[in-house]
Amino acid sequence: MRLLMLASRSLLREWRSGELAVLLASLTVAVAALAGVGFLVDRIGRAVTAQAGEVLAADLRLESDEPLAADAEQAARDGGLATSRLTTLLSVVFHGDASQLANVRAASAGYPLRGMLTTAAEPFGAGTPTRALPGRGEAWPDSRLAAALGVRVGDRLGVGALTLQVTRILIARPDQGSAFVEFAPALLIDDADLAASQLLQPGSRARFALLLAGEAPALQRFRAWQAAHARPGVRLADVADASPQIGDAAVRAARFLALASLVAVLLTAVAVAMSARSYVQRHLDGVALLKTLGASRAFVLAHSVLQLLALAVAATVIGSVIGWLTQRWLLAALAGLLRTDLPPAGWAPVFAGLAVAVAMLAARLAIALVARGTLGEWRLSLQFLAGLGAAAALLAAGGYGLLRLARRWRAAAPTGWRYGLASLGRRRAESVAQVVAFGLGVLLLALLAILRGELLRDWRTRLPADAPNYFFLNIPVAERDAFRARLQSEGARVERLLPMVRGRLVAINGRPMSALHFDSPRASNFAEREQNLTWAQELGDDNRVIAGRWWSAADTGRPLVSVAEEFAEALGLRLGDTLRFDVAGESIEVRIASLRKVRWDSFRPNFFLVFPPGLLEGTAGTYLTSARFEPRSPGALAALVRAYPSVSVFNVSDLLAQVRAVIGKAAVAVQSVFVFTLCAGLTVLLAAVQASREERRYEMAILRVLGARRRLLLRNLLTEFAVIGLLAGVLAASGAALGGALLARTLELRYHFEPGLWLLGVAGAVALVAAGGWAATRSVLSSPPSRLLR
Amino acid sequence: MTLAIERRETVAIVGPSGAGKSTLLALLAGLDVPTAGEVWLAGQPLSRLDEDGRAALRAAHVGFVFQSFHLVPSLTALENVMLPLELARRGDARGAAAALLERVGLGARAGHYPRQLSGGEQQRVALARAVVGRPAVVFADEPTGNLDAASGERIAQLLFELNASAATTLVLVTHDRELAARCGRVLAMDGGRLA
Repeated sequence: MRLLMLASRSLLREWRSGELAVLLASLTVAVAALAGVGFLVDRIGRAVTAQAGEVLAADLRLESDEPLAADAEQAARDGGLATSRLTTLLSVVFHGDASQLANVRAASAGYPLRGMLTTAAEPFGAGTPTRALPGRGEAWPDSRLAAALGVRVGDRLGVGALTLQVTRILIARPDQGSAFVEFAPALLIDDADLAASQLLQPGSRARFALLLAGEAPALQRFRAWQAAHARPGVRLADVADASPQIGDAAVRAARFLALASLVAVLLTAVAVAMSARSYVQRHLDGVALLKTLGASRAFVLAHSVLQLLALAVAATVIGSVIGWLTQRWLLAALAGLLRTDLPPAGWAPVFAGLAVAVAMLAARLAIALVARGTLGEWRLSLQFLAGLGAAAALLAAGGYGLLRLARRWRAAAPTGWRYGLASLGRRRAESVAQVVAFGLGVLLLALLAILRGELLRDWRTRLPADAPNYFFLNIPVAERDAFRARLQSEGARVERLLPMVRGRLVAINGRPMSALHFDSPRASNFAEREQNLTWAQELGDDNRVIAGRWWSAADTGRPLVSVAEEFAEALGLRLGDTLRFDVAGESIEVRIASLRKVRWDSFRPNFFLVFPPGLLEGTAGTYLTSARFEPRSPGALAALVRAYPSVSVFNVSDLLAQVRAVIGKAAVAVQSVFVFTLCAGLTVLLAAVQASREERRYEMAILRVLGARRRLLLRNLLTEFAVIGLLAGVLAASGAALGGALLARTLELRYHFEPGLWLLGVAGAVALVAAGGWAATRSVLSSPPSRLLR
Repeated sequence: MTLAIERRETVAIVGPSGAGKSTLLALLAGLDVPTAGEVWLAGQPLSRLDEDGRAALRAAHVGFVFQSFHLVPSLTALENVMLPLELARRGDARGAAAALLERVGLGARAGHYPRQLSGGEQQRVALARAVVGRPAVVFADEPTGNLDAASGERIAQLLFELNASAATTLVLVTHDRELAARCGRVLAMDGGRLA
């Protein structure tokens, strides 16, 4: 009690003296910046995830070849997730005399949980989005099925034991994907009709899926539940499994946003460290006094901690409110760009803000922990922090050395400049701290600027407006050239034609697959299912060899294979491993000659497994290609399908649109978070300059008494800040270029050094620090000289 | 009040705390502007000049000694003494400053920073800084107030010695009756008025 009173009283005293106000202000700005970026990253991140989820029609899917037990659905609902059941099976659908093998999809209410179905009155027609589903006794065939059977709206279809009425034609569904695991056309029916159809018999090849959507924590809880109740054959699939293209964009956006949060945390840390320096110094004097008055060590410690805690809580409350308001305003300004509604702001940033404020004040070194606690990308964060630690050390060393030099020059400098240089030299520790602080601040912002630029450029160039929108599969070898010619004559731009054969991976390094065990759903998928294989002499520019080498003409017919990174990672494959495949009953053993990074979002034919020519030609295969194709009339496509009945046509326009939407959203996210972080960084740096204000005010007053004019004082200030800015800028811009080159790899970018950007960084730092210093200490120029008397 | 201080006069202002001594000194030196009335310094009406104008006037005609020294902490003793000459843009600042430091007995400590000097030494540097520009007036605000008796006496001696040799006007605010008695005129203040 005594402790509490003493602590609050001395806090009050310090408050009245005005010292605390500066610290509280900079702490508040820091928390506001952090919370603002946090809120924004949180909300935009969730919006990107939700958009990406469309390709699954959900955020997560629980899949199995056996009916799913009811407890999973119950657990998901209890955890606050929306659910929907989806059962798919192959069955023949009849219309009069016509019949066609179709993928019957029985969906329960809520499907799709993410994205919308689009339907029309005729096949290949212009679809309109709908929230409806076929009711009992109704069926929605997709365009291919309707065209193949020649059905129209109102006709009746036979499915198993049921007769269903066609009420609409399904044009697109969000989860049609790009993996082409379903070659058959689709028929959407009501889940409640499935039992009556008697299609589900023991041994029927059905897949059962539970679709899940909701907030990230709830999804995380469900993942944990699922891990604890794992059953053989049941697997969880997320966006990355369904669409590498969208998974890729979402992951990179998430990484950038994580980096931006980290930058905000670090800027905060730097700023608070700066303003806490002088406060802590003065606080220590008070502590020494308490000790001479007989206070125990424990009492003094508790006293300090209580005071700092009170300060941290106050700063957190005010800062969080400001941060929340700022991001609200920012989002309101961006509303037109983002279009869809964002999920509401979560509480996490407030706690992050409090954590930072407390951690910063209590022990100014807790950054790493906070960063780890708030960010999922902790490995990236740690690497980043290690790099920054090195950068800070370099900045300190560089700053120290350069200040020593400046000290030598100062005797030769004219008055105004000399005084500025002298201030720098005398407050050497302070100046080095400022160089480090500004340097880190500028470095972080420059780094973010570099990555932002590269990321946006990469996204822009990756998905051109005329990216292929159709895939054509099962093109018979004999019809290959004729088909291509036909497509081209219809005005399509046809991509490469690749052969395709199906094969199963049977052994890795001589060990049969049955003896190997894989935990990840993706790995077991690769290990168990038939794979699509191809062979090619040339490597497309959407493929990059990351290990080993691509084959030359001399390697034709040699037992080699090139494996995509995702496939190799999932199965733990390395360069030089041997793989045995069973291709149409023939066993073939090959050595991994290269690993490839594939840009799946090129929308050109790509394969996980590519063989050299001369190895698989003997097996019967088909061809596959993609094309940019704008049919002149709905009939053009139907005519093409009739002319080449064996060719499967996939319209990926919707997937393309989905990828574009995710990238668009991610780009806006990256842009706005960058701008916000930039503003926050500047504010925070300005707050840091405030810390040395009192000292400057005093010196300015002396000079003023001695008859210095305003211009001279201004020159002093500017010299001092410009030198700090120059040192910080040179070191920071170089550091950012280096960091950018290193970080570009984790964002899968190619980094180019730009001298212009480097110069801009240096000039920016000088201008920023000089302007900031001037703005923050402008008032001392007019501080009345009479205050020196007594 | 009406007060005229002539060239080469030495004036002490005494009075209890809160009597308005420092306010008067600030007004006389042009560090503050009166809300009513006019102060003339070196033939110029102070309230008709702007901040920079008064600063220029101070640079040209005024020297200061403060109770708490007020040296610029980032400059050496020598650089502190050079400052007024440089601000007034006069030549050979270094030579004049070094000579004056020698005279106050600190020639050997010219390269030291204020924090490396004792209180008495700091005040001697301040004294050198006050007179180096050969000002018409030196204003001193309790120049011995923060010093022990021996250092205070040394400062007082130097103050009057330098004043006499440079033939400057000296205006001194002090509690010290002995110090006041060494001045040509003593003004007693109470409640903001000359008593």
